[in-house]
Amino acid sequence: MRYMLMIYLDETKFEPMTQAERDGFTNGMLDFDEELIAGGHYVVSEALQLPSEAVTVRKWDGALSTTDGPFMETKEHLSGFFVIEARDLNEAIRVAGRMPLATMGSVEVRPLKVLERIPS
Amino acid sequence: MTISGQSAVDTAWREHSRRVLATLVRLLRDFDLAEEALHDAFLAAADRWSRDGVPDNPSAWLISTGRFRAIDKLRRRKTFGSFEPELIRQIEEDAAAKAGVEPDEVADDQLRLIFVCCHPALAPEAQTALTLREVCGLTTEEIARAFLVRPATLAQRIVRAKARIRELGLAYEVPAWDALPERLDAVLRVIYLVFNEGYSATAGESAIRTELSNEAIRLARLLVSLLPDAEALGLLGLMLIHESRRTARLSPEGEIVLLADQDRSLWRRDLIEEGSGLVEQAFATRQIGPYTLQAAIAALHADAARPEDTDWAQIVALYDVLLRAAPSPVVELNRAVAIGMARGPGEGLTLINALLASGRLDDYHLIHAARADMLWRLGDNGAARSAYADALALCRQEPERRFLTRRIAELK
Repeated sequence: MRYMLMIYLDETKFEPMTQAERDGFTNGMLDFDEELIAGGHYVVSEALQLPSEAVTVRKWDGALSTTDGPFMETKEHLSGFFVIEARDLNEAIRVAGRMPLATMGSVEVRPLKVLERIPS
Repeated sequence: MTISGQSAVDTAWREHSRRVLATLVRLLRDFDLAEEALHDAFLAAADRWSRDGVPDNPSAWLISTGRFRAIDKLRRRKTFGSFEPELIRQIEEDAAAKAGVEPDEVADDQLRLIFVCCHPALAPEAQTALTLREVCGLTTEEIARAFLVRPATLAQRIVRAKARIRELGLAYEVPAWDALPERLDAVLRVIYLVFNEGYSATAGESAIRTELSNEAIRLARLLVSLLPDAEALGLLGLMLIHESRRTARLSPEGEIVLLADQDRSLWRRDLIEEGSGLVEQAFATRQIGPYTLQAAIAALHADAARPEDTDWAQIVALYDVLLRAAPSPVVELNRAVAIGMARGPGEGLTLINALLASGRLDDYHLIHAARADMLWRLGDNGAARSAYADALALCRQEPERRFLTRRIAELK
């Protein structure tokens, strides 16, 4: 089964840290990538830039509209994600629990849904 | 990777993964670390076995590989949850000395795992979930489907149960002789619960339900082979005899077929013979408990070539003993039904009415259904119909609701 691990962080928590501490998290997450690759769990992972860099797109009623930023103002926001292969939900939870950023923010674990084309 | 290498790994997973995990939990003293080690050992096997061939003793290879991979990880990670440096040192020393992997030490590991998963300090639903996942190897999603709960709920139950085992430092061992009866009771209860989940025709997918029953039987076989306790024998016997009727108890349309109406040629004689043999073995120990008594009753039903050949007098006698060994209103009800068969519906009805008047089984639909059956046999169709209606009002299970509705219609 495939699961998505979504990392939600409050970036202000990193402000009081030293640069060395922040670097520790960056390198720790890159090590974690390698650990998942070696363990056969890794499918894909990316870090995201801040929500202030985002644009939200809609095409309601045929007209393309864009707005700045994320849909909602929240303290914690999506800052990165992994897609992993795991035997079951508890294995996915175990993997998520090992992520260095789980000590700073929240990791949402969600099973992926496989869409199948419906014959017309 | 060659096909044969991969299929050897698949076979090894089926044959050895549960035993290897049980040993790794003991050696590494932690569920999560052991599961990770199991995963890594099989990953290594997929790589190595196709090149170097399958080792002579695959499970020993997997245990040793898993153990060393885990130690590697412990060294690389500066912290590992609640792992103390002293504990890590101990695990490393044992591994270096190849300690803890002699055949006689490994033999009981699955038993140790069952006892820790069914520890009384864990909530009953956590015991069941943990046993199915850790001992039987079912996935969280499969267990959730079988018990009709959300996978997210079930996953958290498992996470909490493991945390509790760690917090309390629950011993990974077969309990000492003086604590064994109580601890074994919990294990037998979990096994029987798993079986009944798989056997009762309530809801859910039939494939996963059959698998649950099979797992319960497999667990009981394992238990009996490692710890031939009388009640473990009785429980295995009971489940085998129930299992022998699996195909006969539902019509092709999925409707309930009562014991008296079942096509007895569909009953699996091999399971009945094995089950009856186990009942005899359990009786021979003279430590006769509730599972053995229920199995003996089931065996008497199985012995009858036709419903009218059933030895009801003997069944009543067994219910008398069962009522003393494990008193419960449901056993009283079953005894009343047996008396109704042995000595006539009038006597059965008197007992059922008294039980109803005691107020202990008011909400139990089967007491109303049993009462309806006695009334019908006495020729009072009107009263029988209204008793069936009482049963229907309390019944939540779809196949049983259809059965009761059908009975009411037949009595009009």
